[in-house]
Amino acid sequence: MTHWIIAPIVLPAVMAAIIVMSMRHHVLLQRIFSIAGLTAVIAIAAGLAVQASTGVIEVYDLGNWPAPFGIVLVLDRLSAMMVLLTAVLALVVTVYAAGTDWDRRGNHFHALMQFQVMGIMGAFLTGDVFNLFVFFEVLLIASYGLMIHAGGTRRLRAGLQYVVFNLLGSTLFLFALGTIYATTGTLNMADLAVRVSEIPQSDIALIRVGAVLLLTVFAIKAALLPLHFWLPETYAEAPAPVTALFAIMTKVGAYAILRVFTLIFGPDLPDIADVVEPLLLGAALITITIGMIGVLGSNRLGRLAAFAVIGSMGTVFIGMSSFTPETTTATLYYILHSTLSTALLFLTVDMVRERRMGSSDGYASLPAFRQQGLIAALFFAAAIAMAGMPPLSGFVGKLLILKSVWPLPGAGLIWAVILVTSLIAIVGFAQGGSAVFWKTKAPEESAEPADAPAEAAPEPAQGLAFTAAFSLLAGIILLTVFAGPVTSYLSATTGQLYQRQGYVDAVLTGPERVGGDAGYGAKGHGDADDGHGETDTHATEEGH
Amino acid sequence: MELLLASAIGVLTAGGIYLVLRLRSFPVILGVSLLSYAVNLFLFASGRLVVNMPPILSDDAAGYTDPLPQALVLTAIVISFGMSAVVVMLALGAYLSSRTDEIDIDDPDPIPEAEPGAVE
Repeated sequence: MTHWIIAPIVLPAVMAAIIVMSMRHHVLLQRIFSIAGLTAVIAIAAGLAVQASTGVIEVYDLGNWPAPFGIVLVLDRLSAMMVLLTAVLALVVTVYAAGTDWDRRGNHFHALMQFQVMGIMGAFLTGDVFNLFVFFEVLLIASYGLMIHAGGTRRLRAGLQYVVFNLLGSTLFLFALGTIYATTGTLNMADLAVRVSEIPQSDIALIRVGAVLLLTVFAIKAALLPLHFWLPETYAEAPAPVTALFAIMTKVGAYAILRVFTLIFGPDLPDIADVVEPLLLGAALITITIGMIGVLGSNRLGRLAAFAVIGSMGTVFIGMSSFTPETTTATLYYILHSTLSTALLFLTVDMVRERRMGSSDGYASLPAFRQQGLIAALFFAAAIAMAGMPPLSGFVGKLLILKSVWPLPGAGLIWAVILVTSLIAIVGFAQGGSAVFWKTKAPEESAEPADAPAEAAPEPAQGLAFTAAFSLLAGIILLTVFAGPVTSYLSATTGQLYQRQGYVDAVLTGPERVGGDAGYGAKGHGDADDGHGETDTHATEEGH
Repeated sequence: MELLLASAIGVLTAGGIYLVLRLRSFPVILGVSLLSYAVNLFLFASGRLVVNMPPILSDDAAGYTDPLPQALVLTAIVISFGMSAVVVMLALGAYLSSRTDEIDIDDPDPIPEAEPGAVE
């Protein structure tokens, strides 16, 4: 058992504390430590990904308590991939924030960013559902702080909506966990997988309620319709670097659904899968439609980008809803693509906003701004990627999803919806892009005051900001060029995901479970579990 | 006792949901708090209701109550306490800066409104 698994969680936590405690007033030091810390996390995450790519599932017992009793962290291919993606995105976003001076506009940007990364990493790595709740709260409370970074009336009010919505989500999460614990008597994911698969017929209804509640909670995080209300306002009002990082937050919801509904409530449990799959597919189809129509109907770039996120989550869930290995592989590819391109889109929108003074990203014709050509090119690339046109990875991702749903029933409807909404998105992006970038007034026509602040505006080191945006673009291009190797890695990931027994065995009867430990733990649990000990046969005991 | 606890959870949840649907931030925050009390009771009950039983090992215990929900409730209480503090601060900030505690945000302020004809 190596200790590296916990490093992506502990390192940002320590870094955040150091930043808050000892360099609160020194932005340059904060930047250096923040970026250095995230670079180290990337290195660790890459190491973990290499380790996970051997196919071994690594389990880390916190406090050395054996699996069903203590909390475990689990590293498999999926979590390693998501951890690496988060680390890369966080570094890019931090570099952008440093390059545009966003981190100077309020206090504690870097500390909150580190806490946010800690929460996201924890959510990806944990193997315990209650621990998942705790990490959700960690990432949410950091995101509350980041969301209202730099203040402003509208931002505060949008932030309030966001916080209240997510507090309700958290409450629902606890209700779901209570139901599941009352039915099964455990909260460890692997143990849950075992117990749910052998649940007596009389408890099926209860566990189904728990499953659908959990689905609802994760759907709130993933902004699946009709639970998306928090997203457009939040994403349009939040500071851009924060929004770019939030690109991974909707994916946390998607990851949680994928993890829980393959491992615990797997597709081989018809009682639950029959409820979940149609629900998910229907919601996904509506989500993509509303999202793309929203793209077309926006009159500001910020809202356009926010609705594009909703649309892309719809695409993700169309792929996810059928829970076959092929569709899941395609979905994972789309998740990678959508994270990078969403972040790129938000960074581009922010560049426009910054140069058009304040947050006026409406479709008005204003004078051309500095570096307009470069930014227009970035927007063009981001729009192509988000809408799923060739040659970028959005096209490959959509193609993979379309191909993988072909043999399934209802494929015709899914094809129609995806293709038509892509067209709507293309029109929407074209409208937004041409209104903002092409319909510019000549500067001399414009009123004097519009011009003056442009000169006065501080000119931060834009090199860093462009580096960040172009590295995201490079990521998208790499994802397109290396689509072959990436998909083969992803299909191995999916294989591991649907091989539930491997995960369960690794957690409950891993090689490091020495006899004494497990025996002691099992005894303690047996005593404590009087209330609902019908299924008290433990894999741990069979292990030795 | 089960009836008492169940109806307490039900009443708290109902009240919480009613308040959350209000349009002002203060009742909404109260509603969220009520909901978090309800969920704490619910979590507590998920370990089954047992009277006068110890949660930890002892030699002369006739039986045990499930200790895990108690730990879960404790965690949930701490988290919801912190969250309440955050949301109160945020609501105060929003109220003080906009002089209204309405939850709804009026549609876009004048600045981003496009000039007529600018949108195709």
